[in-house]
Amino acid sequence: MSEVVNKNLSEIIELIKKKEIKSEELTNLYIDRANKSKKLNSYITTCFEYTTQKAKEFDKKPNFNSLLPGVPLAVKDLFCTNGFKTTAGSKMLENFVPKYESTVTENLWKEGAILLGKLNCDEYAMGSSNETSYFGNVINPIARDTVPGGSSGGSASALAADLTPATIGTDTGGSIRQPASFTGTVGLKPTYGLCSRWGIVAFASSLDQAGPMTKSVKDCSIMLEAMAGFDKKDSTSIDKKKENYSKNLKTNIKGIKIGIPKEYRVEKMPKEIDELWNKGKSILKDLGADIVDISLPHTKYALPTYYIVAPAEASSNLARYDGVKYGYRSSRGNDLIEMYENTRSEGFGDEVKRRILIGTYVLSSGYYDAYYLKAQKVRQLIKKDFDENFGKVDAILTPSTPSSAFKIGEKTDNPISMYLNDIFTVPVNLAGLPAISIPAGLDKKGYPLGLQLIGKTLDEQNILNVAYAFEKNCNFKNEIKNWWL
Amino acid sequence: MSKDKFDYFIKGERNKYEVIIGLEVHAQVSSKSKLFSGSATKFGAEPNSQVSLIDSAFPGMLPVINKECINQAIRTGLGLNAKINNNSVFDRKNYFYADLPQGYQISQYKNPIVGEGKVLLDMPYGSKEIGIERLHLEQDAGKSIHDMDPSSTYVDLNRSGIALMEIVSKPDLRSPEEVNAYIKKLRTIMRYLGTCDGNMQEGSLRADVNVSVRQLGDKKFGTRCEIKNVNSIKFMQMAIEYEAKRQVELLDEGKKIEQETRLFDTKKNETRSMRSKENAHDYRYFPDPDLLPLKIEQKLIDDLKKSLPELPDNKKERFMRDYGLNSYEANVLVSEKEISNYYEEVAKLSDKKLAATWMMGDLFAMLNDKGLNISKSPISAKNFAELVQSIKTGEISGRIAKEVFELMVESGDNPKKIIESKGMKQQSDPKELEKIINEILTKNKDKVDQYKSGKEKLFGFFVGQVMKKSGGKANPQLTNEILKKLLKG
Repeated sequence: MSEVVNKNLSEIIELIKKKEIKSEELTNLYIDRANKSKKLNSYITTCFEYTTQKAKEFDKKPNFNSLLPGVPLAVKDLFCTNGFKTTAGSKMLENFVPKYESTVTENLWKEGAILLGKLNCDEYAMGSSNETSYFGNVINPIARDTVPGGSSGGSASALAADLTPATIGTDTGGSIRQPASFTGTVGLKPTYGLCSRWGIVAFASSLDQAGPMTKSVKDCSIMLEAMAGFDKKDSTSIDKKKENYSKNLKTNIKGIKIGIPKEYRVEKMPKEIDELWNKGKSILKDLGADIVDISLPHTKYALPTYYIVAPAEASSNLARYDGVKYGYRSSRGNDLIEMYENTRSEGFGDEVKRRILIGTYVLSSGYYDAYYLKAQKVRQLIKKDFDENFGKVDAILTPSTPSSAFKIGEKTDNPISMYLNDIFTVPVNLAGLPAISIPAGLDKKGYPLGLQLIGKTLDEQNILNVAYAFEKNCNFKNEIKNWWL
Repeated sequence: MSKDKFDYFIKGERNKYEVIIGLEVHAQVSSKSKLFSGSATKFGAEPNSQVSLIDSAFPGMLPVINKECINQAIRTGLGLNAKINNNSVFDRKNYFYADLPQGYQISQYKNPIVGEGKVLLDMPYGSKEIGIERLHLEQDAGKSIHDMDPSSTYVDLNRSGIALMEIVSKPDLRSPEEVNAYIKKLRTIMRYLGTCDGNMQEGSLRADVNVSVRQLGDKKFGTRCEIKNVNSIKFMQMAIEYEAKRQVELLDEGKKIEQETRLFDTKKNETRSMRSKENAHDYRYFPDPDLLPLKIEQKLIDDLKKSLPELPDNKKERFMRDYGLNSYEANVLVSEKEISNYYEEVAKLSDKKLAATWMMGDLFAMLNDKGLNISKSPISAKNFAELVQSIKTGEISGRIAKEVFELMVESGDNPKKIIESKGMKQQSDPKELEKIINEILTKNKDKVDQYKSGKEKLFGFFVGQVMKKSGGKANPQLTNEILKKLLKG
């Protein structure tokens, strides 16, 4: 039965519903595989005893009417989980055990899912390769020397390695879509406000958004349905009715207008990416979509804008980690100020410190107008670019990343080249729009590459449909050879 | 004591200076829960017993605005005749301190909920308008306790996140007396509105005081110093006097005032430098991304406006118009809602003017003496009105009334009952009085002769004898009349 773990979430749900497999059996398969896959370093914390216990409880009194009946799931370690360590990949929270559950994970458990454990991620979700985690870097199952992307690198790695049937990540500038692209999986960043941020360790509040990471578009629709929903505990949550994304999934996309923004053809972009993009266009064209050339003129300002706005918010959001109330506290220091300095010097890693410094700088008096305020204005222009084009097109197709998975250590000494990895994903966060990354092909090394579909505000159903149709006609196959087992 | 001319100036060695004062008053919003969390706000609770995960800034916690606090701020704004802004923004004010769990205070910086308004002060030299610059909402911080342990600081987060209104005045105040009147007026308005209990002992009302001086006749303001967090009117006045004198001395010596933040040391009665302008915090204000801009519908403002109670200025006008009170009396009687309610109840049942005189005299003296609020008065408004009426109709004299008043305080009894049972009714029967007076005149024939031969001072002696004989109950007016008549004859 070990091939069960290779299956998609929707297939596994069917097996459970048809009583062909019990939750406990399924759980044991994943636990067994996780125990054999420690090399990947996908997990920070596991809670297998708890999972088995809950699976047994499910099997005793199964409820097959929920979306995720008895399905074990591992989640990014940025979601607070009641009674289980939540580290955000940082020494600062190494031993932090919340007494509360994030709204998004709570929603999953309400739909019958069971927590397997907490997945590795870049420290406070700051990174594009999962190399900033205090708990060590994560290996991409695609190849032993490649990164899985970041910041939801542990999630992507675990998913691609069949350690969990589906997972969730958070996406502030591409942290779901980029690792999805690097691992040949599906990742969706919902409209800002569709999933509650309550109980998620904050990085940049106006950009952070939780979303599903799955092996198929259908799985993605199921997970999104389970996660999403209005939450009065999050003031930026959108008050709207829940949608049945999985039920409404369809493959007919005839007449849909797909925009191709010329600004996404960036300098030095590998030919393979360009070819992949063309392949995507022709698949959608064959399915009856209209391909429309569009322009998003402010795209080139997105990355610098992002690297002002996100660090600014982060510098403030991370002020609470001061050693006073919870988390790491340095034992050195003779007064409050020294305690702060030592705690934060010892508790945060380099990338987090870099962003706190940048953020503090851009908010400082005398620099605020030139950086933060200007960035906010540019952000509006970027949003306007999208708004204007969404009068003409229904969705926008772009590459997800400018390259396939890179080598471990390749970019760690060059933050700028690391930041450039987010070039296609960042504009979407700035505009608060939904976007999905779907695997579309392999490069010559055999590493997966993704395409990104960007949708209108709250138009998740539409991009899921286009992605669904695309997936059925793309014949992508991930080549993961289980080399680590 | 009343002065009809403003005269608060500081005399330096060479010049005369005017003192310019602006206040930033921090008023705690009366609300059951905190500004962004559901925690309770009761004063004096066990340390850290009213603290939610939001107040203590746990990872992933998010603020959600408490609508009641917004309504309270709008009500207060309306009470200050101020413009309510339909759009305002919550910003983060970033700084590190042990009792600030988030590492930032959520406040309002560029776009406050309430804009310009005004407050009217009644000064002995006439009424004076004080401009309000703005009112904004912000979170209070927790409390650091440094004296519980020699080597550690303890933190109590009960106050952390409680809603404060910061009310910023224009630099329109010119003396400690005006500051006193201004704070009291703000307090009265907010207590009428029920938006802040104004309890200074419990820290519900504190102020940062901005002080500068300028030579009389100068148009330009001098450099100001800000005295932080003063928590009583008396200390504010002392701090201003000290600070103004300090600045004048510096200027007289030809030195410059440095803009800085100062602390008022209540033990030494002096202000001390806390930090200079160069060392001022850079708070890195920016809009809080966890909160959407605050939009207030005009309808809400209109509805709140309609439901506002009568405010002190209007009530004062009405008291003067309807009850024939003078400005001073009306001012005193509207200074607290409870006092005005008591007065109106008394005035309905008795002589309005006499009621005011007796309330402001004997009743207030007694309450003051006993340290009682008028709502705890041992004399009910109804009984008090009866007492006033007994004086007005001549049933008892003013002097007897004081005795009755004392007995009412002791027993809480109805004055009629006391007068009756103690036989304190005034002797107002002319025949009875004439009989008594005749007896006294007969008994003191020698004195009558002296009086008649010009020693008119003796009139007082006769009155005294009549009072003595009648047990103090003789109607004084009638006694005078009859005495005069009989002594003439």
